[in-house]
Amino acid sequence: MTDETINIEGAVCAPPLPHGEQIVMGHGAGGRMSHQLIQKAFMSVFDNPALKSGDDAALVVPEHGKLSISTDAHVVFPLFFPGGDIGKLAVCGTVNDVAMLGAKPLYLTAGFILEEGLPMETLKLVVASMKSAADEAGVQIVAGDTKVVQRGKADGLYITTAGVGVVREGVNIGGAQAKVGDVVILSGSIGDHGIAVLGARGELGFESTIQSDVAPLNHLIDAMLDASNNVHVLRDPTRGGLATTLNEIAVQSNVGISLEEQSIPVHPEVNAACEMLGFDALYVANEGKLVAIVAKEDAEKVLSAMKQTRYGEGAIIIGEVTAEPKSRVLLKTALGSTRIVDMLAGEMLPRIC
Amino acid sequence: MKYVDEYRSAPLVKGVIEEIRRTVTRPWTLMEICGGQTHAIVRHGIDQLLPPEIELVHGPGCPVCVTPLELIDKALAIASQPNVIFCSYGDMLRVPGSGRDLFSIKAQGGDVRVVYSPLDAVTLAQKNPEKQIVFFAIGFETTAPANVMSVIHAQRLGLTNFSVLVSHVRVPPAMKAILGSPHNRVQGFLLAGHVNAVMGYHEYPPLLEEFQIPMVVTGFEPLDIVQGILKTVQLLEEGKVELANAYQRAVTFDGLKSAQAAINKVFCECDRTWRGIGMIPMSGWCLRPEFEGFNAEKRFNVSNIHTQESSLCIAGQILQGLKKPHDCPAFGKECTTENPLGATMVSSEGACAAYYKYGR
Repeated sequence: MTDETINIEGAVCAPPLPHGEQIVMGHGAGGRMSHQLIQKAFMSVFDNPALKSGDDAALVVPEHGKLSISTDAHVVFPLFFPGGDIGKLAVCGTVNDVAMLGAKPLYLTAGFILEEGLPMETLKLVVASMKSAADEAGVQIVAGDTKVVQRGKADGLYITTAGVGVVREGVNIGGAQAKVGDVVILSGSIGDHGIAVLGARGELGFESTIQSDVAPLNHLIDAMLDASNNVHVLRDPTRGGLATTLNEIAVQSNVGISLEEQSIPVHPEVNAACEMLGFDALYVANEGKLVAIVAKEDAEKVLSAMKQTRYGEGAIIIGEVTAEPKSRVLLKTALGSTRIVDMLAGEMLPRIC
Repeated sequence: MKYVDEYRSAPLVKGVIEEIRRTVTRPWTLMEICGGQTHAIVRHGIDQLLPPEIELVHGPGCPVCVTPLELIDKALAIASQPNVIFCSYGDMLRVPGSGRDLFSIKAQGGDVRVVYSPLDAVTLAQKNPEKQIVFFAIGFETTAPANVMSVIHAQRLGLTNFSVLVSHVRVPPAMKAILGSPHNRVQGFLLAGHVNAVMGYHEYPPLLEEFQIPMVVTGFEPLDIVQGILKTVQLLEEGKVELANAYQRAVTFDGLKSAQAAINKVFCECDRTWRGIGMIPMSGWCLRPEFEGFNAEKRFNVSNIHTQESSLCIAGQILQGLKKPHDCPAFGKECTTENPLGATMVSSEGACAAYYKYGR
């Protein structure tokens, strides 16, 4: 026997490893590890009084007016792609949805579903990106929740955000408000996000420099509403693309929408990717674009206000609202013929040849 | 986009259409063979711009549409097996077999993946030696070179976990079947330019000889298509039976010899059933006996699956140019792109899907 005799007196169970490198199940168990995670990863970054109170819910003082409320779940793969990441997407997606009713987005909540084994560094990057997007949009993330699921039960992390905003006084914007004679304005080129994500998945089969357009659009909307009281519809053409969004509006407002194919801006690289894969850019997702339906007499005012903002520089009139055919979107082709633009049926599939 | 926009130039296309107008003196029925051309014609609204004398009927050149139900059922049976990664071109996933599609197999736990190139499936086989990788090798002469390269490449790598489910079809026998039908209305053919890019057009003189109608190799952009139509109409009006090439930037008479050699190395001609049409003798390609080891039908023992086509859908008559999508009582009602009853509604290249999508 040497000095190394086992001494059982005073033996204690080893404390749990700190697991600062990756997410483990304990981070979702509600105990100390959960608290430490919340404190370190979320509270210190999002940092605002409502969140820091540490209560079960955030307490905020209501502003006068109607509330616009929305929620959005985010499951993008890969988590990071050119131009953005799941965190930026989760903030911008909900900010934009709230703002599309003519509201000023104020507060977000965020629910995180983390997969066991997620590197802590990944979570930090995502959270930092959420903070920076929230700062740009001028919103606070005031409440959140974290759950951890077993490895293999999620794709790294999923984020659900909910948002609330206050609608501007006297504003009545909605999908059912399009009027015959209104013009259709698009804030910029379409398809960038969808193709950027495909590229990041390595599914294009060629290199591309396309960046996702993911961005908060509330300041752009502010500028538009400052310029005109006659913005009737605002919507962001996310999944399903511009074609699906315009079909929704045509149905909701019981009007026709007529588009000029040549006026719809598509980045040449996005166009090339679509041509190669057999996609139609009209159906490819956007995360930083909006389509606005505006009274004709105010169209130029709104357009020039949009062009002075960061995310509206490429704004352009792409069509008009017509009485017939109801609930349909028509496209005047570059050749001068007309075709119907339908909703996306199911999943967008690359064509064989 | 360079080399695309030029061929979509409205003034140039309109100029050619004007020329067609000046040339045409009586009604003509033309068939574009390829589904990609059908799609381009309706997408760009070319059919609306043509003079009323010219009727375009849509041919059987959509590979997804003509893949027989039986083959799809075999694909579904293979994809359902636990140790299989089933790889397919994207738009094949939605094609219904007898009540199910590859999407539903995927939802039930099958490993079904979209690949952009058959060689991606070979790479999967290399990376997953414990799995069986099956590639659904469908298509016309256009996809054949890439599909046979996957087999050649897998053989070179000595892969024993790679196989192909082959449903390959060829254009000339289908044209022969259409022209030989007592109901045939087609007076001139726009040949499928991408098929000709691979195969050339040396296979067509015998058809020309036998059926005495003009054929014009035609491309896929609006300007290519109207030039193909113009050339065909000119030949018809002049009473000439000729084989012409209106897609010279991509097609030569002999085609790509190296691609043809690869095809001939791996495939041999065989009888093939076309969905909606039936069996056309020697209209397809199958694996040569020396490549039988790559035959997924044998490996997974699905040769005993036999499926009857539905009697409701008139896809067969549409694929032969005998009827238009509107002639089908189910079009846009029971049969939509969301809930396709038949092959021509499934693929974006299918005539019914093109009509439905673009509101014809």
